[in-house]
Amino acid sequence: MADYTPAQRVALARNTARPGVVDFVQGLLTDFFEQKGDRLCADDPSIYGGVGLFHGRPVTVIGHRKGKDLEERMACRFGMPTPEGYRKAGRLMDQAEKFGRPVITFIDTPGAYPGLEAEARGQGEAIARMLAKMSALTVPTIAVVTGEGGSGGALALGVGNRVLMLENAVYSVLSPEGFAAILWKDASKSDEACDVMKLTAADLLELGVIDRIIPEPEGGAHTDVAATVRALDVVLQEELAALSRMSAHALHTGRYEKFRAMGAKALRKERT
Amino acid sequence: MSSVFQRRRQKLLSLKAMRSVSASVHPHSSEVCPHCGGEVAHRDLVAGGYVCPLCGYHHPIGAYYRLSQILDRGSFKELDADLASADPLDFPGYHQKLEKAQHKTGMNEGVVTALGRMGGIRVAVGVLDSRFFMGSMSAALGEKVTRLVEQATRARLPLILFSASGGARMQEGILSLMQMAKTSAALERFSRRGGLYISVLTHPTTGGVTASFASLGDIMLAEPEALIGFAGPRVIEQTIGQELPEGFQSAEYLLEHGFLDAVVPRSQMRDTLIQLLKLHGKAGANRDG
Repeated sequence: MADYTPAQRVALARNTARPGVVDFVQGLLTDFFEQKGDRLCADDPSIYGGVGLFHGRPVTVIGHRKGKDLEERMACRFGMPTPEGYRKAGRLMDQAEKFGRPVITFIDTPGAYPGLEAEARGQGEAIARMLAKMSALTVPTIAVVTGEGGSGGALALGVGNRVLMLENAVYSVLSPEGFAAILWKDASKSDEACDVMKLTAADLLELGVIDRIIPEPEGGAHTDVAATVRALDVVLQEELAALSRMSAHALHTGRYEKFRAMGAKALRKERT
Repeated sequence: MSSVFQRRRQKLLSLKAMRSVSASVHPHSSEVCPHCGGEVAHRDLVAGGYVCPLCGYHHPIGAYYRLSQILDRGSFKELDADLASADPLDFPGYHQKLEKAQHKTGMNEGVVTALGRMGGIRVAVGVLDSRFFMGSMSAALGEKVTRLVEQATRARLPLILFSASGGARMQEGILSLMQMAKTSAALERFSRRGGLYISVLTHPTTGGVTASFASLGDIMLAEPEALIGFAGPRVIEQTIGQELPEGFQSAEYLLEHGFLDAVVPRSQMRDTLIQLLKLHGKAGANRDG
């Protein structure tokens, strides 16, 4: 892997030219049909999803969308979903379960949108429901962190049987700026935060939070989108084939056990 | 259970409860209420369960004290009291901070989990304590909550969780985040098997705890005026560039927006919980294994 500092990877992960869910859908799927709306009140464009064929097999794809031009970026709130976005994602997952389709998610968000209306409509509740829902699916689920994996807003699409990461993607409890602001009351210390947060793909593989790293072209995913898509294609085919051999029960139980073990090494016994 | 054991258990809980009474109350003869500014005799505050008799402000209270107020006498049996955080990321200064918090609170982590009875009905109960790292989600806190949920699932017990949390435990980074998935998955299993989960939100419940187990109750209750939200008020103000309306993210605001069944004053909490347990027949006991 290329030799970047954590802060450099954060910059690569945020590069506005970095490919996102729309590029991956175009490169990986055929006959894609976008599904919109949460069936309650709105459609949130910062969650992009639908059904398409992956090497001839129907799959449900859901991902964070940051937008290509300024207008789209504004509409997508720079990839920060509202509760409506998460409820749309939940609806699409219900359909994947109903029709026995695998789910592939592409994660790329600074975090869930921290706005007044988002809170009024239950941002926390919407994310919590997504976590519970994804944990209970009996179809194969693969989550790929492709850019920024920020906080609960990222994890809401991240409870997969397999969790993969692009080489320069990052995944963390909070943005480095937010982390520095909370711990050191100084958001400008984000580079220091990057160094201690263990947010790179290599760190997360070691911690057991992710399963596999997908290599990027020299210079980052945006320098050669087609090559990035090809690398993703190979890995997704392999992973999906392996998961497809498992029973519904094994998929559900395996996913439960996987997340059940998160942080097992972070415990110790203390006298009482 | 013999009455000797019951008395011993009650005595132990009472001792711990005294130590954990409140983050904001000291045993002086009178207190100035931080909410209304009125002067309140300490004994009146205690008699009211640390609710200001002048304005109804609910002081934050420690986990053991809360348990002593809601469980049947002598029924408290603590689980996993020895479980603590191992500083998984080797985070600068975290180990020392943990020791300090443990020393201050007499707790090893920010949640107390227990089996007990309410109105004679067996329950699994967990209480987060805002004095311990603001009740933030550590791997140990997530583990204790998950073990409690799994035990309630196995033993077919109704589950009650009192939340109070500033959000993620920053010093545990991504492992803190993963506890959201772990606890939510355990509750999903519990729910599928017919378990009753009552979630009680107390001041403040925010961040990753709001976006996981605290929001997944079959019944959602909150204490009056508790701050409840995902993003903190300051972050939201910075995002939208304007001041937030009065009462935003309060328990009453959530009730109005459809996210709570009821706002329940502390004085009525135990009776309300017992009523709910009774309404669920075999108290939310699981339908199958």
